Amino acid sequence: MTGPILVFLEHHGDELTKGGLGVLGKAVSLSGDVAGVVLGSGVQAAAAKAGAFGATKVYVCDDPALAAPLPQPRVDALAALVEQTGAGAVLFASSVLAADVAAGLAARLDAGLNWDLAGLEVKDGRLVGTRPALGDSVLVEVAWKGGPCLGLVRSGTFDPQPGGGSAAVEELSVSFRDFSTAARMLDQAHEQASGPSIEEADVIVAGGRGLGAPEGFALCEDLAGALGGAVASTRAVVDAGWYPYSTQVGQTGKTVAPKLYIALGISGAIQHKVGMQGSGTIVAINKDPNAPIFDFADFGIVGDLHQVVPKLAELLRARRDS
Amino acid sequence: MSVRAADYPPPVAPGEFVTAPSDPPEERIEVGVLIVGGGPAGLACAIRLGQLLEEDPALAEKLGDVPVAVLEKGKQPGSHLLSGAVVNPRALRTLFKGRLSMQDIPTYGEVHGEAVYLLTRGAALRIPPPPTMRNHGNHVVSVSQLGRFLAEQAEALGTAILPETVAQQLLVADGRVHGVRTGDRGRGREGQQLGNFEPGSDIVAKVTVLAEGTQGHLTGAALDRFGLHGPQPQIWELGVKEVWKVAKPLHHIVHTMGWPLRKRAKYREFGGSFVYPMGEDMVSLGFVAGLDSRDVELSVHDLLQELKTHRLLRKLLAGGERVAWGAKTITGGGYHSLPRSFGAPGLVLAGEGAGLVNIPTLKGVHYAIESGRLAAEAIVRSLQPGETPTRVGAFASYDEALRSGHVGKDLWAVRNMRNAFDRGFFVGGALASAMTVTKGRFPPFELHAEANAAQPLLRTGRAKRYPAPDGKLTFDKLSSVFASGNRTRDDQPSHIRVERRVPREVAELWSRMCPAHVYEVGEDGDDGFVTLEVTPSNCVQCGAITARGGRLTPPEGGSGPEYTLT
Amino acid sequence: MKIAVCVKQVPDATAARRIDAGTKRLDRSGEGALNAFDTNAVEEALRLKEAQGGEVVVLSLGPERALDTLRKALAMGADRAVLVSDEAAAGSDLVATSYALAKAIEREDADLVLFGQQSSDSDGAVLFAAVAERLGAPLISQVAELTVTGVAATGKRQTEYGYDVIEVPLPAVIAVSDSINEPRYPSLKGIMSAKSKPQEIVALAELGVEAARAGEAGSRTEVLSLAPPPTRGDTIKVEDDGAAAQKLLDYLVEKRLV
Repeated sequence: MTGPILVFLEHHGDELTKGGLGVLGKAVSLSGDVAGVVLGSGVQAAAAKAGAFGATKVYVCDDPALAAPLPQPRVDALAALVEQTGAGAVLFASSVLAADVAAGLAARLDAGLNWDLAGLEVKDGRLVGTRPALGDSVLVEVAWKGGPCLGLVRSGTFDPQPGGGSAAVEELSVSFRDFSTAARMLDQAHEQASGPSIEEADVIVAGGRGLGAPEGFALCEDLAGALGGAVASTRAVVDAGWYPYSTQVGQTGKTVAPKLYIALGISGAIQHKVGMQGSGTIVAINKDPNAPIFDFADFGIVGDLHQVVPKLAELLRARRDS
Repeated sequence: MSVRAADYPPPVAPGEFVTAPSDPPEERIEVGVLIVGGGPAGLACAIRLGQLLEEDPALAEKLGDVPVAVLEKGKQPGSHLLSGAVVNPRALRTLFKGRLSMQDIPTYGEVHGEAVYLLTRGAALRIPPPPTMRNHGNHVVSVSQLGRFLAEQAEALGTAILPETVAQQLLVADGRVHGVRTGDRGRGREGQQLGNFEPGSDIVAKVTVLAEGTQGHLTGAALDRFGLHGPQPQIWELGVKEVWKVAKPLHHIVHTMGWPLRKRAKYREFGGSFVYPMGEDMVSLGFVAGLDSRDVELSVHDLLQELKTHRLLRKLLAGGERVAWGAKTITGGGYHSLPRSFGAPGLVLAGEGAGLVNIPTLKGVHYAIESGRLAAEAIVRSLQPGETPTRVGAFASYDEALRSGHVGKDLWAVRNMRNAFDRGFFVGGALASAMTVTKGRFPPFELHAEANAAQPLLRTGRAKRYPAPDGKLTFDKLSSVFASGNRTRDDQPSHIRVERRVPREVAELWSRMCPAHVYEVGEDGDDGFVTLEVTPSNCVQCGAITARGGRLTPPEGGSGPEYTLT
Repeated sequence: MKIAVCVKQVPDATAARRIDAGTKRLDRSGEGALNAFDTNAVEEALRLKEAQGGEVVVLSLGPERALDTLRKALAMGADRAVLVSDEAAAGSDLVATSYALAKAIEREDADLVLFGQQSSDSDGAVLFAAVAERLGAPLISQVAELTVTGVAATGKRQTEYGYDVIEVPLPAVIAVSDSINEPRYPSLKGIMSAKSKPQEIVALAELGVEAARAGEAGSRTEVLSLAPPPTRGDTIKVEDDGAAAQKLLDYLVEKRLV
């Protein structure tokens, strides 16, 4: 792989998103020639912050056509930049916008795109990625033929590496194609990324039949609140009407892979397991020492969750406040 | 205790599954011959009809745009098919005479030898195969795979196959069967209509064939409605099987008797196991036990797991991996439980649903195919000019062909064999041998059976001996349900009719009996009764609950297991 | 109005899904099903046709077996099916697939091109953006609510930050999210009439797709190897004697999860 690695730095308001900065940090660890790319309108301030996270250079295209978070004008900008710099790779942190941009760019340049990447490294001078497949039951090693290598990195895979420093900013001017600018943003979303849905949450606290009663979910909500996470459920409790179907994780519900999955009163039957087995760290609290969940959890507590959970939530809050 | 499951009948209104056509003419669907059930019997019937219609264009035209339609409740033909199976090829050869040979039909090859073992906990005593178990010339098949093949053949001959379609009610008016009403789709747990609710439709036909297999939903309704029940109540066995990838090929078929079943008459444990090679690298193994057993803790799924811990089976499965699991009841009443007639005005009964299974030889697939073929021929005769399929006795020739042909003869010869085992293993075995040698002329009296649900129950602590699942050799029920491919939609009405407040023994009986962990013993009431907890989405539609006092009805089309190798 | 809907046949999601160790590609030999997310797109197209009249064409790229899946869409109510089927297309990645699919869609001259949100087998929500680029058409993705007039489409697009409302002139590419509608079950009449609706199988050459741009030759990514996921290692199991909560907190802190 020759040429710089470009990292698409998405922004929201004046802030660069954590995802893009995380990918930036990873790119810097792989190559000495890394540049961030910030595309928008009135983004100079945001762009300047990239230096603090490892970028030595940031390309900025500041243009009204890029004011709204629409993908197609960004394809024009990145395509121009790739041509200008001879970039060897363009990396993105996965998001609704980034996926559209990366895919459009792949078609524009006839360049390979690998997505849902959970790992990246350089092997024998070649960029190689790893990604889970088939419901996280298989790990696939993927690569690119020709260049540039386009990669979408799974949300939350890499953490930003703040290090101080500043980046040289280079302005980019782009001419946009007609169809790229045909879409009009009539009303832009402006919520803060609020209480995460279970598919996006980094932390999930899930409750099962072992909670004993629907009121048991108050424990889950309390712990989730203390961790900044979302609450999920199992088929058994949804069947019993204790919690909504939209929170059901499992074979007939959703598949999730947060960094931390805490299972309260869940036996770990395979119908549930297949929906969460890709989670980074699995913690289980159950009073049955033989519950199958203890076979695949990383940390398990055999005990009464009504005792353990309030204590844990309290300890977490105490730590946060101190 | 003299608790009996039959004392707690399921909430089913009489005649609930029979109704008159109600859709206005422009909404009802018309086909020529309607076949309910995409299994060997139904598909053989469709294939034979297709063959006959090729030679009878006048009739083909009379049958309209869709001359033959097959309704299948599973995702596709084969999804709900499960059996051992060692199949006698004669019915397939007859069905495909002049068109295909056995080479063209997917099987796992001919049987190359067989061994029968009498097991104890620690040993396996090889015994000569009883005369009923001679399988030379027979083929090992996956009936699910065979079903997919037969479906392709039927479609090639013009049959319309409608998967994920449930026949919910039998349409009867003017004393004859007009067709079926299909089930609704898109209802929620409380029966409410969801956003994509699609009501069922009336499908009307000149002749309706019920080939629903074991516990046929509409077959039961038809037997009631037309007074067709045989002299003895129908009884069932439950079979639970697994398919394993194995390290060392198996070259002969194996049957076992004895352990882990108990021999004394009071337990009434009748059955055994089978292990059949599927090519060089797979085996099919299963356990079959009668649902007239009396111990509330008897679980056929767990008996299968226990069986695998025997030295003989451990060796066979060493280094292997389970790749499929499934369960299904087998119709066991034999000759005495056959319906009085296999037809009624506008209606024909075929296959296992009509009771055509030979338990002592473990054969039924070729009877199903043969009956389907004979049914097709009788139907075509009934549609000729001058004839009508809606008169009483329209299918008398089909009855005659079944009873006087090899199907009927086989069943008559073994008609008392199953019931002989009421006397326990040894007396039963002796009686059975005598019956075989005399080709059924001995004994000269008829042995009678009681309905499965009428058996008195007892408890012996049997469950303590079931092995704890280790996830490699032995498995729990829930992971087995997962291995069946079952992904039934949760938010739909329960399809299981069963009394929810029952004595603890009955709840336990059902909970152990069910191979799919559908029933659990719930809260204790003060009156010695408990609440039965039901998780219908686990159900693999084996039918055991119908045999034992409840009533399985078909859930929404497409629900249930997705068998491919069973 | 002419609406083209792109659908995919995916392996049935039963327990037996596997990647073939030899070809390193998903084993597609099992029975296939219509990608669940695509049913939302078909449903949306049918609703638009019911409201405004027109034609719904379903397209797919796959082996001949994929006709079964297209028939399911026809059973729901689509009018016509086009299957691009060619051995040379085997092993196509995003670059090759989007190229062939765009060529097939161009033939239809549709006002609106609909996609589902993602496919259940490769989990990428990327195909529609690549196709939009090749068609030179404006795109709205993740649409949870769609309104179409004769000349424009307005979509409510679901993002991490809530909903954007975006308008595009037609012709346009729209990818619908799974929350946009509840797909209908095909009626029995629909299932039975599906077989007789027009179904076309087209080879790559007929579309003008050069061999060098098809299949593995036309792909720009590759799979190097497969491995089982790293095992989790032993479970740390503690019995609660009052101190378990603290032990768990220490563990989480050590792993930098809090």
